[in-house]
Amino acid sequence: MPLRTASLFMAAIMAALLLGTSVAYAIAPEQMPTPQLETRYLALIQGFRCMQCQDESLADSPVNLAADMRRQIRDMLLAGKTDQQIRDFMVSRYGYFILFKPPFVLKTAWLWLTPGVLLLVGVLVALRVIRQRAALAATDLEDNDLTDA
Amino acid sequence: MSRLRFILPLLLFALLVAVFAIGIRESPDKDLIPSPLIGKPAPDFSLPNLTDPAQRVSSTQLRGHWYLLNVWGTWCGSCRMEHSMLLRIKQSGLIPLVGLDWKDDRDDALSFLKQEGDPYATIAVDRDGSEAIMWGVYGAPETFLVNPQGIVIYKYIGPITEQAWTQQILPRLPMNQTAAAGASS
Amino acid sequence: MIPELGQFALILGMLLAGLQAFFGIVGPALQRDRWMAAVTPAVSGQFVMVATSMGCLVASFVANDFSVAYVAENSNSSLPLFYRVAAVWGSHSGSLILWIFLLACWTLAAAVGTQRLPKAFAARVLGVLGLISFGFLLYTLATSNPFLRLDPPWPDGESLNPILQDPGLAGHPPVLYTGYVGLAVAFAFAGAAMLEGRLDKDWARWTRPWTTAAWAFLSCGIALGSWWAYYTLGWGGFWFWDPVENASFMPWLMATALIHSLAVTEKRGLFKSWTLLLAVLAFSLSLVGTFLVRSGVLVSVHSFAASPTRGTFILAFLIVMIGSALALYAWRAPLLKSDAGFELTARESFLLFNNILLVTACATVFAGTMAPLISSALNLGKLSVGPPYFNPTFLLSMLPLLALLPIGIHARWKRGNLSERTRPLILTVIAAAVIGCAIVFGLFTGGRVLSPVGVALGVWIILSSLIDPLDRLRRHITIPRAVLGMTLAHIGLGMFVISITSVEAFTAERDVALAQGETAQLGAYDFRFEGVQPVEGPNYSGVGGTVIVTRNGAPVGVMHPEKREYWVQHTVTTASSIKMYRTSNVLVALGQDLGDGRWSLRLQVRPLVSFIWLAAFIMAAGGMLGISDRRYRLQRAEAPAIAPVAAITRSEPG
Repeated sequence: MPLRTASLFMAAIMAALLLGTSVAYAIAPEQMPTPQLETRYLALIQGFRCMQCQDESLADSPVNLAADMRRQIRDMLLAGKTDQQIRDFMVSRYGYFILFKPPFVLKTAWLWLTPGVLLLVGVLVALRVIRQRAALAATDLEDNDLTDA
Repeated sequence: MSRLRFILPLLLFALLVAVFAIGIRESPDKDLIPSPLIGKPAPDFSLPNLTDPAQRVSSTQLRGHWYLLNVWGTWCGSCRMEHSMLLRIKQSGLIPLVGLDWKDDRDDALSFLKQEGDPYATIAVDRDGSEAIMWGVYGAPETFLVNPQGIVIYKYIGPITEQAWTQQILPRLPMNQTAAAGASS
Repeated sequence: MIPELGQFALILGMLLAGLQAFFGIVGPALQRDRWMAAVTPAVSGQFVMVATSMGCLVASFVANDFSVAYVAENSNSSLPLFYRVAAVWGSHSGSLILWIFLLACWTLAAAVGTQRLPKAFAARVLGVLGLISFGFLLYTLATSNPFLRLDPPWPDGESLNPILQDPGLAGHPPVLYTGYVGLAVAFAFAGAAMLEGRLDKDWARWTRPWTTAAWAFLSCGIALGSWWAYYTLGWGGFWFWDPVENASFMPWLMATALIHSLAVTEKRGLFKSWTLLLAVLAFSLSLVGTFLVRSGVLVSVHSFAASPTRGTFILAFLIVMIGSALALYAWRAPLLKSDAGFELTARESFLLFNNILLVTACATVFAGTMAPLISSALNLGKLSVGPPYFNPTFLLSMLPLLALLPIGIHARWKRGNLSERTRPLILTVIAAAVIGCAIVFGLFTGGRVLSPVGVALGVWIILSSLIDPLDRLRRHITIPRAVLGMTLAHIGLGMFVISITSVEAFTAERDVALAQGETAQLGAYDFRFEGVQPVEGPNYSGVGGTVIVTRNGAPVGVMHPEKREYWVQHTVTTASSIKMYRTSNVLVALGQDLGDGRWSLRLQVRPLVSFIWLAAFIMAAGGMLGISDRRYRLQRAEAPAIAPVAAITRSEPG
């Protein structure tokens, strides 16, 4: 199976392999002029999804499009754009799909709220159970002789 | 009430099954990412013309016309697959095709068009791939339908088929043009 | 001939699994002793057939029989023998055969292990397992038969995906699947209890070792998979929160919760319906994982070739298995009541919170994994969910869990009296905080806000786990293996927390372009690039670089990262070179030829990363040690050979 390059009618790629086709990965020795920019650059490219790959970030993807997008991000950084401006730009072209971190908007609020709400409900249920059981324990005077584990 | 607690897992599972079922139905399309540009102004551009690099193809020239922007490259096998369909679209005379030759070699592109026929009214060149990013292109071929006001109306991902042309693109064209299509066929 | 034999054995295996399910479930319901007696022979028969089938598939690979489509698609005559065997589970159909084979092994073990349990109960356990086997065999034969022939046969095979040609791949799926599939036994115990309408402390004690064993295998499997990803995928990551990884992690979280809730059910006869639900959910999640991986509904780095037909079939199977189990649960669970009480600071409370937090964590991972699917199903648009979602939301429930653990292990059953352990607890928490801060601020610079917290929590868990065993040692009291196992597992967890924190906080990484003789610096390490030379493998060729690594001038070693091109697939892979120095892993990967003798290289130093996997194995070892506790063996021998189906609640066994 040849390594597929940038072309592709996406459905075709799904047909074949156990693991994604992109095996070699990107090593991008592109240096940014300052360490601060370098850090921001690395953080940014790790936060975007490679649109052609199965589930890889722009930082890790070897495909040409990812290299083009990394260049775009680098150019924008060098032009003095903020991280947020760069993210907004990418989202305006590719949609929220390109972000590995879903934004907190109306359509994704359920996703961000789920963990907290579940935790809250869980803790409330646990406290109720404990209150009931503690009441039972109070009337049950027999002491325990249970061993550990 | 207390029994409901024990039925809850089953109910949640039923919901999950529904999501899975929809997921299976839609799984063939899961790689088609809808474009956020739809309903928004198409990116402004001014790029060299493939046939005459001294000339430029720009969005301002295209204002006032419906057009299909087709992203292609000679390295892209699927683009060759759709080529005959593009030629038929040209023949229909309903809408001009504007090519965006994406990260291609100029000589390859010219000889390919000479050999296979040129369906495009004009071809813009995106040598380094930055224009494709402006349009949110993530593979080739991709085709954008743009109206005279420069608004992106529709994006088709993958090689255009007869079906895509008649069912997706034609109905989106204004009435008089589709009526003409009906009369001609 | 051999493939036909394999297919025939597979069909016979399916029929026997059907009989096993029928006799095992209907027999006890109608109280037919002879039907129940037929279950064990059906199990043995099914095992023999499935093993034969597995053997035939292996034989076809070993013999390079490229008339078999599956062999032709996944093997090649130039492939070394070892990988020809591993190629059996290199793709969808064969991995299903492995799945079924491992289920047959677990079923056989369960048949032996339940011999001394009440007959009707044992029959039901095996019956439920038979139903699962039957479903998977039917699925394989209907949609994914690996024995189909090609006409004409191919002259040679397409070979195995190069990244799978690695000892890690050969090892990790069997171990991971053993864990996945092992949860079926806990599921079957739950199914049997619900069919019987009875669940007592004995049930919990019978179920515990099976659950722990499956959990231990799952821990090892996940660790091996992560280790494999770390060194083969090349960019040095070890966990991506990819759907396929999550598919194995969710059952693990659920099984962890189950192990702890089983402890409460065994000791106090409490949380019965909850334990039951967890047992059902743990295996259900492993089935759902199978669905997610093989149906093609999600995008993943590791997903199998998928088709909607396969997806539809598994979905139908999910509906039958999980749906009926949950329906049975809705019907039977309300009958399970207990009037035992416990106080707020008793061990039961802590284990209750443990369960709530683990299940919340699992649900969070589930929500994130399913989000792309749910979002498009509800027409809310396409989403990607990656580490920036999973990391913080997962920590939301994990941090309280880690903070409660060191206290919880000292709580007593029923009565909440922590006073005798207050002093050691305070001492350990102070020690942990000091050590945590010292490590984070002393040895390293940088780091994040959470790093001292993470290290301190890890240290505290380890120290606190040691209090009780040391105390017993000092007072010359024998330590039961169950306690020892628990201690070991918790120490493993503590190590895990420390190493994950240090990797997250202190990894140094750089991509550089170097010409021969040039040196790049990364922290205290120097990497001197000595150029590249051609390399030849059994079925690939490529280039290998030489990099001399030193730390503060002291030699660390010579590293040889390679870039390989596999002949058959023309696939280029990156074989990074990894060296452990002190406790850090130094990784060098070779990128592209930049011309003029310059190459791009990725340099990475990850402190303690190996300890992540080591910690997982320690946890698993703790689980295995716990299973060997004499309590499980004794009680099994003690259990009455014949027990009526009606409920008998035996008195508390100390």
